[in-house]
Amino acid sequence: MPSVSMTVNGKAVSGDVEGRTLLVEFLREKLRLTGTHVGCDTSQCGACVVHVDGESVKACTMLAAQADGAEVMTIEGLAQGDKLHPMQEAFRENHGLQCGFCTPGMIMSAVDLARNNPDPSEKEIRDWLEGNICRCTGYHNIVKSIKAGAEAMRG
Amino acid sequence: MTDQGIGASVRRKEDLRFIKGRGKYTDDIVLQDMSYAAIVRSPHAHAKINRIDTSAARAAPGVVGVLTADDFAAFGGLPCGWQVTGKNEQPMIEPKHPILAEGKVRHVGDPVAVVIAESRAQARDAAELVEIDYEPLPAVVDMRSALEDGASVHDEAGDNLCYDWELGDREAVEAAFRKADHVTTLELINNRLVPNAMEPRCAIGDFDDASGEHTLYTSSQNPHVIRLLMGAFVLQIPEHKLRVYSPDVGGGFGSKIYHYAEEAIVTVAAKVLGRPVKWTSDRTEAFISDAHGRDHVTKVELAMDKEGRFLALREQTLANMGAYLSTFAPSIPTYLHATLLAGQYTTPAILAEVKAVFTNTVPVDAYRGAGRPEATYLLERVIDLAADEMGMDPVEIRRKNFIQPDQFPYATPVALTYDTGDYEATLTAALKAADWDGFEARREEAKRKGKLRGIGIACYIEACGIAPSNIAGALGARAGLYECATVRVNPTGSIQVMTGSHSHGQGHETTFAQVVADRLGIGLDQIDIVHGDTNKIPFGMGTYGSRSIAVGGAALSNACDKIVNKATKIAAHLMEASADDVVFENGSFKVTGTDKQVAFGDVALTAYVPHNYPLDELEPGLEETAFYDPKNFTFPAGTYVCEVEIEPQTGAVEIVSFHASDDFGNVINPMIVEGQVHGGLAQGIGQALLENTVYDNEGQLVSGTYMDYCMPRAYNFPNFTVDHQVTACTHNPLGVKGCGEAGAIGSPPAVINAIVDALKDYGVSHIDMPATPAKIWRIVNGGMAAAAE
Repeated sequence: MPSVSMTVNGKAVSGDVEGRTLLVEFLREKLRLTGTHVGCDTSQCGACVVHVDGESVKACTMLAAQADGAEVMTIEGLAQGDKLHPMQEAFRENHGLQCGFCTPGMIMSAVDLARNNPDPSEKEIRDWLEGNICRCTGYHNIVKSIKAGAEAMRG
Repeated sequence: MTDQGIGASVRRKEDLRFIKGRGKYTDDIVLQDMSYAAIVRSPHAHAKINRIDTSAARAAPGVVGVLTADDFAAFGGLPCGWQVTGKNEQPMIEPKHPILAEGKVRHVGDPVAVVIAESRAQARDAAELVEIDYEPLPAVVDMRSALEDGASVHDEAGDNLCYDWELGDREAVEAAFRKADHVTTLELINNRLVPNAMEPRCAIGDFDDASGEHTLYTSSQNPHVIRLLMGAFVLQIPEHKLRVYSPDVGGGFGSKIYHYAEEAIVTVAAKVLGRPVKWTSDRTEAFISDAHGRDHVTKVELAMDKEGRFLALREQTLANMGAYLSTFAPSIPTYLHATLLAGQYTTPAILAEVKAVFTNTVPVDAYRGAGRPEATYLLERVIDLAADEMGMDPVEIRRKNFIQPDQFPYATPVALTYDTGDYEATLTAALKAADWDGFEARREEAKRKGKLRGIGIACYIEACGIAPSNIAGALGARAGLYECATVRVNPTGSIQVMTGSHSHGQGHETTFAQVVADRLGIGLDQIDIVHGDTNKIPFGMGTYGSRSIAVGGAALSNACDKIVNKATKIAAHLMEASADDVVFENGSFKVTGTDKQVAFGDVALTAYVPHNYPLDELEPGLEETAFYDPKNFTFPAGTYVCEVEIEPQTGAVEIVSFHASDDFGNVINPMIVEGQVHGGLAQGIGQALLENTVYDNEGQLVSGTYMDYCMPRAYNFPNFTVDHQVTACTHNPLGVKGCGEAGAIGSPPAVINAIVDALKDYGVSHIDMPATPAKIWRIVNGGMAAAAE
């Protein structure tokens, strides 16, 4: 069984995995970081989005072994202690979530968008969310949250 | 308290854990020594099981047990919670719904065997090794042919008919049709949908052999109902030996109401194996094991006089039950559908004829709106078609037939009595917000750009909070439909509320706390809402059918009244006044006409530290429970306006604007209510444009993953605009109605009416949902006749 090592939310971790173990399984089951969710089997829903070396990645599309040596950030690592990330705060302020299941993936995806496109238009936000499904909010307040979150990240 | 009480858009108390990744969903729970179940499901729609060989699976690495139907022989099948009686007092046919298939499989996904192993992966690997000798049988897939020449899904229902039911005055309807000046006829389908809550279902069984107590962790909308159904009917164990706990639940939309086989499987398996057993659905499995929604084929006729006044309405509907009767399935096309056929109108005579049909497909049950979207869709579609045939404006024909504000309470010919409403008000607000009058100019502008533009309207009514229990019982419900709340005031004045409602995205931890804050003058951060655990809550019927605030909130309000009543007596004693002279205002008890007062917290402390206390008159403590059984349904209503633009070269529909004007009665948290409307709209628009559940002729589910079933994405929608008018409900203490399903009820006809309007130059009178680009392209490029081929 191969062993993998990576940095997750700033902490060095390692563990034995099967070759087929997905990154999301490693995070959820070995590290007990259950904020990253699994909503489908076909990489369509985006509930499992995390950052790998600073870019958003669907953790169900990547093997744990492929993340060997990488810097991984999950939703649990986004806030700085008690201080929420501006995107988290924006989702909270704008009612950008209901059941909360897709929310971690949405926020991780949104942070990546805002880093690459600090002032995204509504259309750009909606297009960016092609890979994230929400069944509760009708996206209306998610789009609003991301617009506000991106603005807050600009400072 | 106006900044946080009833009517305030306070941000949600529950959000912090979700945005930090600290939500606790069932699959996040890990118990000591836990094992994992994988379920072997039928690949056939209909087949005999000749033999099951589990030996290879049992020998596979990590496997700790393999169970088949024989292991469940001592238990009952999954019960159906609603008995519908058909015409001539004919009871419905209720075939056994086994936990695991007994000798026959009846739909793709029917569970046949369960493999339990040390890890999820090992369980799945070993499940592949279970050898099942199937003998395929002809599959019954299409409802229309199922009743005529189909094979039988169940021996007990040789003609595949579950029930043949009707509601209404047949003679009055036939007489009205005879004297009508015009009859509009429309045949339509209400497409089958897959609910697709983002959290796949999950269940963990645990058994404590010392106490003899079972625990079931399950992603459910109503844990007490699951305890009742599984305890009493399946396992036949006393309720106090079964704890059902539903922690955070990632959406339900109806699909997590029902008692499913997997819940019984893990509960039984945990006892057999002596260790916890977890089953987590994957998405593909969810498509073939979660109950589906809708699936009606309908012919509707509307009879009118020459001025367009509705004289009578008649529908004939075939409703798909799928292969087995899911928990509430029989009630959906009957009592939750046909009773809504009056809509907002004064149609004097209505007849609904509904045949429920068994097919070799996944069971169908309530999905957001449950029967009411199907009623609104056929009604609002046939009205638009009638207006077109009569040369009338679609708004005017509706106005002419509205129930007027001074006609309430209004008894419809289909068994309901509406308490309040002002349909003209929501219509007027919607037309103004959508700039209905400016539409023709926008249509001309679109034409210049080569686009086809259309506008559509739909006026819906909903009946929320099924009630009262004695009426529901008379109609076949096998459970009461009240709700329960306990308000526990702690010695230092903080409050815990145990509610029988269940929140799976609706924000109850906030809105319910707002009700308490309003009633007791306590800050929101001093109030915790506890739900979802049968060991903590006295009882509860859960959350579905937009019942939570109208029934659960009303129970909570009544429990708060009891608290104030008792606390007033304690306060009167403390102030040496008569309780009749004490009033409760802004968190303090005051003696009228004096400056004497005592704070709520001091009264709470006195109740628990009863040193200066009227022990001969009152018990110590400050905790009250209320069970609330509503006198009637509540009746939210509204008008939705949809404007679309169609690209004729591709057939693609863009929703350029969508406006919703609703009347939900009094509103606790406008921000949360708007969010509920947005979500409902997205599901309704998804049904109208994108979502469809497709079976092939052999009963294989073709749309079985997110790659085949078109889930709505952010770019499919505009920003919605919403507003609300208020006519308060007259029979619950909060004056509230219900908002959760409205969006999904009113939006499909609004969208289809808009598309038909956009395509009117092509001779289009109707287009079935989903109105995909391919369908529209064929109409634009070949007309209706070509599209039908």
